[in-house]
Amino acid sequence: MIRERYVNAALLAGLLAVPLYALLVDEPFTITLATRAVILALAAVGLNIALGWGGLVSFGHAAFFGIGGYSMGILAFHAQNFMPLDLGFMVFDGTKSMPVIWLVAIITSALAAFLIGLLSLRTSGVYFIMITLAFAQMFYYFAISWSRYGGEDGISIYIRNDFPGLNTLVPIQFFGICFAALVLALWLNARLVASPFGLALNAARQVPVRVQTVGLDPTRLKLVAFVISGAITGLAGALFADLNRFVSPSMFSWHLSGELIVLIILGGVGRLMGPVLGAVLFVALEHFLGGLTTHWHIALGAILLGVVLFARGGVIGLLCGPKGQS
Amino acid sequence: MTDTVLETRGITKSFGSLCASDGISIDLQAGEIHAVIGPNGAGKSTLIHQICGGLRPDAGQVLLQGQDVTALPTAARARKGLGRTFQISALAMEDSVLENVMLGALGASGRPWRFFVPVMGDRTLRDRATAALERVGLQDALHSRTAALSHGQRRQLEVAVALTLDPRAFVMDEPMAGLGAEGSKTLTGFLDGLRDQAPILLVEHDMDAVFALADRISVLVYGRIIATGTVDEIRRDPAVREAYLGDPA
Repeated sequence: MIRERYVNAALLAGLLAVPLYALLVDEPFTITLATRAVILALAAVGLNIALGWGGLVSFGHAAFFGIGGYSMGILAFHAQNFMPLDLGFMVFDGTKSMPVIWLVAIITSALAAFLIGLLSLRTSGVYFIMITLAFAQMFYYFAISWSRYGGEDGISIYIRNDFPGLNTLVPIQFFGICFAALVLALWLNARLVASPFGLALNAARQVPVRVQTVGLDPTRLKLVAFVISGAITGLAGALFADLNRFVSPSMFSWHLSGELIVLIILGGVGRLMGPVLGAVLFVALEHFLGGLTTHWHIALGAILLGVVLFARGGVIGLLCGPKGQS
Repeated sequence: MTDTVLETRGITKSFGSLCASDGISIDLQAGEIHAVIGPNGAGKSTLIHQICGGLRPDAGQVLLQGQDVTALPTAARARKGLGRTFQISALAMEDSVLENVMLGALGASGRPWRFFVPVMGDRTLRDRATAALERVGLQDALHSRTAALSHGQRRQLEVAVALTLDPRAFVMDEPMAGLGAEGSKTLTGFLDGLRDQAPILLVEHDMDAVFALADRISVLVYGRIIATGTVDEIRRDPAVREAYLGDPA
């Protein structure tokens, strides 16, 4: 078995090397592809905190991804059209500044995760899966009917938003921003897992009754994990919208929630780099198989089946052995 | 009485027509081991759940150090000093032995909302956790995965987690369950010394252990306490012999 640390390092190095090589041979599309993988990975890293460590199988993380996307879409829409955004208590011009957009995306998706989590955590198991799905679908249908922001057609943003000191329209620079966000989220994830909170959350997933008998509230621990999780996925949503310069209700769709779960299962549930490996595999399959046939999901399904049946720890588990042994 | 640590006053709990607790009043004095025995289905687990907070009694009160805790959830009772062990080990099986006791120490510290410091680097928690492991004799299994422990070691770990809480009262649900003769003997010796730290409400099927340890015994049959007394009194009580010990008086 290979030590997990080495696999993780190799994966990050590879993820950085591919777009740099693409830059060298002048293939900007490969850079965009890598950026897409990085952003999906970031969204799944967020979900993995709830799913992998909190044991919360959220089938509604598209809600936070979409909220992040629409935060970007709405702020940039008002800025590009010079239409002040009237919030009732204040009037805001909108913004094209990424850091401001990210902050708004993080705060709004965290807030949504708090409210959704507060209600959803009253249930568990299959009911939790269904209630989170229901919340995401509510956002989906709301976005479709929100004619002010394009309804079903969504919002197009003409120029990618700004980041101080960088030209975000240059693919490799935008990739750098997304990659940095991913590394930061992974670092946060690693710290979290090793922290007192992480220890308690890990136990709350396995034996909630034990956590109660030592005087801690497992539901509250899971709620905090859910909020952190939603905030990270929300940030990924804002970046995803900026990558495409387009936001639409499909960001809220349950396909996306399902895809994020698939990414994690492919890579390894509750493994730090599981979502990253899953996202890389997913985007690679989508690109290479998708180029051969539009039915590439069949192959993805077969691979997923193989992982679930024969490699329960995902590809990371296959390479490094079960959790906690390397 | 000022040294009553834990007390139930007439707690009653019914499930449909089944009365699992029928006005149970029981108390635990400082420094004692009070054993609760009774045949299967007598309502011992229901009693424990009501004392520890998993179930709310239909009527009656639970008092911890004179304070009414009937309305408090499990976690709040634990923070007020109730240390519980489970009949079937409730441990984080994927985690190491040390992590399981660290969780107890973390609960006792009341400071789980720290997100960036490594928990294993916290000397105070770690000392508390290793001290508890040393007391039950698991110090050599520190880094073993809990799933890899023997049944007997899991029972020891179960007690060690309760020890990290430094509780005012222990409530132990069949700590001897599934232990061999040797294991029971070791644990009996250990619990014997533990009563000076905090009194123990002991639900147990192992009669040798109960007779060796208990200062008082209460006999629970069909949701009612039919007798409470010293070991000798209980041994001699004709109602108990008939209902529980099985031999005709």
